[in-house]
Amino acid sequence: MDLRYTEADEKFRRELRGWLAAEVPKHPKPPPRHDWPARRVHDTGWQKKLFDAGYAGVNWPAEYGGRGATLTEELVYYEETARAHVPYIGMNFVGIRHGGPTVIAEGSELQKKTHLPRILRGEEVWCQGFSEPSAGSDLAALKTTAVRDGDHYVVNGHKIWTSFGQIADYCELLVRTNPSAPKHRGISWLIMPMNLPGIEVRPLPTLQGESDFAEMFLTDVRIPAEQLVGKENDGWRITNVTLRFERGTAWAADIIELKEFLSEVSQLARKLTRDDATAWEDKSLRREVGHLAAEADALWALMKWQLSEIQKTGIPGVGGSTLKLAFTELNQRVYELGTRLLGRAGLSRDDVAGLPAERVLHRFLQTLSLTIAAGSSQVQRNIISERILGMPKEPR
Amino acid sequence: MDFQLTEDQQALQSGIRSFCDDRYAFENIVALEKAPLERERHRELAEMGVFSLRLPEAQGGVGLGMAEAVLVFAELGRRVVPGPLLWSHLSAGLVPGAATGETIVSGLDRTHASNAPLLVEYAGEIDALLVLANDGVHRIDARQLRAERIEMPLDPLTPLSHVRELPQGERIAGPEQAAQLRLEGTLLASALCLGIAEMTAELAVDYAKKREQFDRPIASFQAIKHFAADMHVRQEMARAVVYAAGATFDDPSVGDVARAVASARVVTFEAAMKNARMCIQIYGGMGYTWEMPPHYYLKRAFVLENTFGSGDEACETIAERIDV
Repeated sequence: MDLRYTEADEKFRRELRGWLAAEVPKHPKPPPRHDWPARRVHDTGWQKKLFDAGYAGVNWPAEYGGRGATLTEELVYYEETARAHVPYIGMNFVGIRHGGPTVIAEGSELQKKTHLPRILRGEEVWCQGFSEPSAGSDLAALKTTAVRDGDHYVVNGHKIWTSFGQIADYCELLVRTNPSAPKHRGISWLIMPMNLPGIEVRPLPTLQGESDFAEMFLTDVRIPAEQLVGKENDGWRITNVTLRFERGTAWAADIIELKEFLSEVSQLARKLTRDDATAWEDKSLRREVGHLAAEADALWALMKWQLSEIQKTGIPGVGGSTLKLAFTELNQRVYELGTRLLGRAGLSRDDVAGLPAERVLHRFLQTLSLTIAAGSSQVQRNIISERILGMPKEPR
Repeated sequence: MDFQLTEDQQALQSGIRSFCDDRYAFENIVALEKAPLERERHRELAEMGVFSLRLPEAQGGVGLGMAEAVLVFAELGRRVVPGPLLWSHLSAGLVPGAATGETIVSGLDRTHASNAPLLVEYAGEIDALLVLANDGVHRIDARQLRAERIEMPLDPLTPLSHVRELPQGERIAGPEQAAQLRLEGTLLASALCLGIAEMTAELAVDYAKKREQFDRPIASFQAIKHFAADMHVRQEMARAVVYAAGATFDDPSVGDVARAVASARVVTFEAAMKNARMCIQIYGGMGYTWEMPPHYYLKRAFVLENTFGSGDEACETIAERIDV
């Protein structure tokens, strides 16, 4: 059991910390959430800066323009970027964390050369076309069809929760190419250029009151066949490859941010008064903060444990479900505490009297999506009980 | 960073596990209710290195660290091994004969004194009592204790006596040592709780796979599976936080020891208590009987919960150190 970082890790930390200290304050504040062109400039502008400094795609292999960092360097990267409060990954998310890694693992040489450098430089924004109105937790039930017609696929269907659909250049699209095969065996993975005729994107306002989500209606969209990633009908396996690429670090930055936020709560509580005393003098608040921080410490330790396991075996296990379930649920409790601390100030989505209402409320509402997205808490509990604990499947 | 067990640590863990599985199998535990502390068994644990584990080799100990000690104590927790294990371990090097098991030591944490009754574990079976107080560590000769045996202790494997007045005893170490022993004791108690959380999760899952209702194993019902998944999550978090606290204790350069121990305390005690309760729930009516194992775990968790300070106190410690 060794929790020490190597000298190389610490050297990387010092360099990165110095760079972040110089660059983060210089990057402009995020524009209003409805201003898509400005948000694109803001989000991809930061990505470009990361690229120029050699920090883009920290866990991508060096041959594809990434940093090829070791797992512990990657952890250092998340620690330092979270502590420096870097601009949110925003609309780079799907390309950097999802589409890009899938192309690295399964794409053709041409697909890699075409997309990877542009994603890393912030020149290409991706969106995700996976879920459908009747294919949510049961993603493999998706109905969007792709019929081969010469050297094109003709695609028809309805996608939902297509984050950044309004602004994206490409879409990672799951389609059914073999309707007569069992549902997991007839799915293919396509890269769809978003400028093709027949794509209609309609904003789908979330409970946040913003339109990061969209619905996407596809009518006879003709996608060139060379946009297929991997083999036809192998899309389900390819989708799961991406999860493996995450190497168990998917939540690292979020756990650090959670710990940071608890520290921020303690600062905020020293400023707010209740009955002539600061909120921080209230024992029950301190105990609640301490309790949540204990769980955050445990999560951070669990992440290091799983990471070290992957370092040895090379294969992320199903332990990722444990971490996802525990993190997303703790995350909700932590930000809920933040809203309770704000009290009536939290009735405003705008900052009032110097209190960070905008950010705390936004984050709290966002936590409600994380126990649903990427496998709901209920799906995670099924995975844990069936694949880890060996309990029988419920008759379906 | 390699936050996994080394080969030596794995060997230590599996050695103590097979010893406990053999000597403290559930059938034997029930028999131990009549005499939870036999000198022979205590010496046997000493031979396994349970008490001398962290004592330097020059003093006749095994010379290992806290990272190893938490592994051993988690195994003892898995089998609700009886005896004043924590105190005898803490006394190694401080009370002659404690490391070898010749002297059996129990103890009391009085650093946060209250007017609660003084309940001493194993008062009738021990040779010495270690008391942690604000002015230091005191050793009391057990023969000086005027203790009234409690007929019905909550944990049938942890005999209790009521002591109305504690003799002064001999002050054998200062306040820093008392605080240090309290910290070590808290972490080892957390490790025992980890064992309880692990075993109650395993017992519940095994039982659910065998027990049939509505013509199928109850383990196939989502209502049961989701409880089991939550038990598993608590067990995994408890293990990670205890191991991290052990490693941090041995090498304080990687973190804040006081916070790491307090976090371990908070997470593992809750895991032990919740998993033990859920284990009883999943066993159903059988879980409410004396003959089934779950209640022993719940009761031991209660004893540990009330050994070194409270969970609330640990939460406040973390809050005070939130920026460290």
